[in-house]
Amino acid sequence: MTFHIAAHELRRLFLSPLAWSMLAVEQFILAWFFIIGIDNYISVQPRLAAMEGAPGITDLVVAPLFGDAAIFLLFAVPMLTMRLISEERRGQTLSLLLSAPVSMTEIILGKFLGVTAFFFVLVLMIALMPLSLLMGGNIDFGMFASGLLGVMLLTASFIAVGVFMSTLTVQPAIAAVSTFGMLLGLWVIDWVGAGRSGDYSGLFGYLSILRHYEALLKGVFNSSDVLYYLLFITTFIVLSIRRLDADRLQH
Amino acid sequence: MSDVASLVRLEHVYRYYGPTCALHDVSFTVGKGEVLGLLGPNGAGKSTAMQIISGNLAPSAGQVWVNGIDLLDRPAAAKTGLGYLPDQPPLYRELSVDEYLAYCARLHRVPAKQQRAAVATAKERCGLTAVGRRLIGNLSKGYQQRVGIAQAIVHSPAVVILDEPTVGLDPLQMREIRALIRELRGEHSIILSTHILPEVQAVCDRVYIISAGKLVLSDTIAGLQLRMRASSLVAGLRRPPESQELQSLPGVQAVEALGDGRWRIHYDPERNPAEQLALEAVRRDWGLYELVPERLSLEEVFVDITRSEPAEQTGEGAAA
Repeated sequence: MTFHIAAHELRRLFLSPLAWSMLAVEQFILAWFFIIGIDNYISVQPRLAAMEGAPGITDLVVAPLFGDAAIFLLFAVPMLTMRLISEERRGQTLSLLLSAPVSMTEIILGKFLGVTAFFFVLVLMIALMPLSLLMGGNIDFGMFASGLLGVMLLTASFIAVGVFMSTLTVQPAIAAVSTFGMLLGLWVIDWVGAGRSGDYSGLFGYLSILRHYEALLKGVFNSSDVLYYLLFITTFIVLSIRRLDADRLQH
Repeated sequence: MSDVASLVRLEHVYRYYGPTCALHDVSFTVGKGEVLGLLGPNGAGKSTAMQIISGNLAPSAGQVWVNGIDLLDRPAAAKTGLGYLPDQPPLYRELSVDEYLAYCARLHRVPAKQQRAAVATAKERCGLTAVGRRLIGNLSKGYQQRVGIAQAIVHSPAVVILDEPTVGLDPLQMREIRALIRELRGEHSIILSTHILPEVQAVCDRVYIISAGKLVLSDTIAGLQLRMRASSLVAGLRRPPESQELQSLPGVQAVEALGDGRWRIHYDPERNPAEQLALEAVRRDWGLYELVPERLSLEEVFVDITRSEPAEQTGEGAAA
């Protein structure tokens, strides 16, 4: 049943021009970043050749590209997750799901997986750019895979927050703003006390959604980073299920 | 738990919205193949009751069984036997009718092999065959309402709940939808809410009237018709006699002149003087040209019940 809801969600996404325009804009912007990256790499290449243990093209082009993708996703995810529950509530289509023999868990997971599938398509389109380098050279596949895993986990975490925010309200715009606010907050949370080694910096550093990502981008696969994202996603999914269930109880 | 005959059973259901009580101790049953009309003024709690039966809303207290399964304990199992059309049909405007109904069938766990047939049947019953490929958003309100009903019956549930299915439709569409409801009654139990009284007379077997969250009347349509029988008749006479002469007929309690030789005659319900009056009129050559028994309209009964003595009449005349 989760699968049916996810497929339906994905289908509806592709029926709306928003999803297509998002893919187009994403491809254009990130291609631009990619070209700039390549251009810079070419200009420093002679000096790199002279260095011992110099960073390769994966360090200088691919990792920054995934980094830029995260910025794009920060803006893109709230725009697609905002309508997931809130719009159904407003259009009163939610009662279709609620009166069907479907559990709240299936509804939330279905919605989450549907949007995640869309963003994975988007991420794979980004990943095609570094892979195009294979035509003229070689990339560090380990680092590439770790970066790809990172961007997927990051996206799924963003979506989990978006789903939760969407369950809180009837207004999609409010869901979008709060999702964006929350994500940005988690993005910059470790900036506090960054200069000194205070008592909080460890905690805030752990909470930061970006710090775990940066490690993966560098090709450092640490299971604690992956675990952080999985915990993060689970938490917000569970919160969403609880929130949707509460709809029946109180008004 | 629940006897087989009653498909839906509510027991002592309460529902509060904050401090306001939307439903107060509502209990009723719906039998197999029965069309139940939930009647009440706006804001009486009809929609709340239907949302509770459909599992969209949890009751603050009380229990609901659908098909003998506790809706609160095993919602998924209970909901397989339910089809629900809310007051606003839950439609995805960007989908075509076919896509939408196929999705509804999947949601209601219709086996994959039977989905196509289920969608085709639902479309046919609701007169949607011709518009299957059109986008729901482009359909007229009447057709959207039909899609809403098709959505509620696509998985042939035992119980169909329709919340004001004919609101906002033109008279012709209303008739079609009523005909559809009559057609459905054979294999489904139907709970129908409305505030259009003729609709109830047209399609329902049994009527529950809700007022201010309380069930104030539950009766069969026949019982309701009995209530509607009043105790007066209007007679038109070309050559009317003195009012005393009419008064002296057996059973007549009061006579009221309406002018133009028309009289309203109030009588003892046990002794209807109509026959006697006609006989006398012929015998004495009064020139009888009109003799009409007066009935209370359903509207008057409704106003009467919802205004006065709530709760007292519950259960009276009900078979359950």
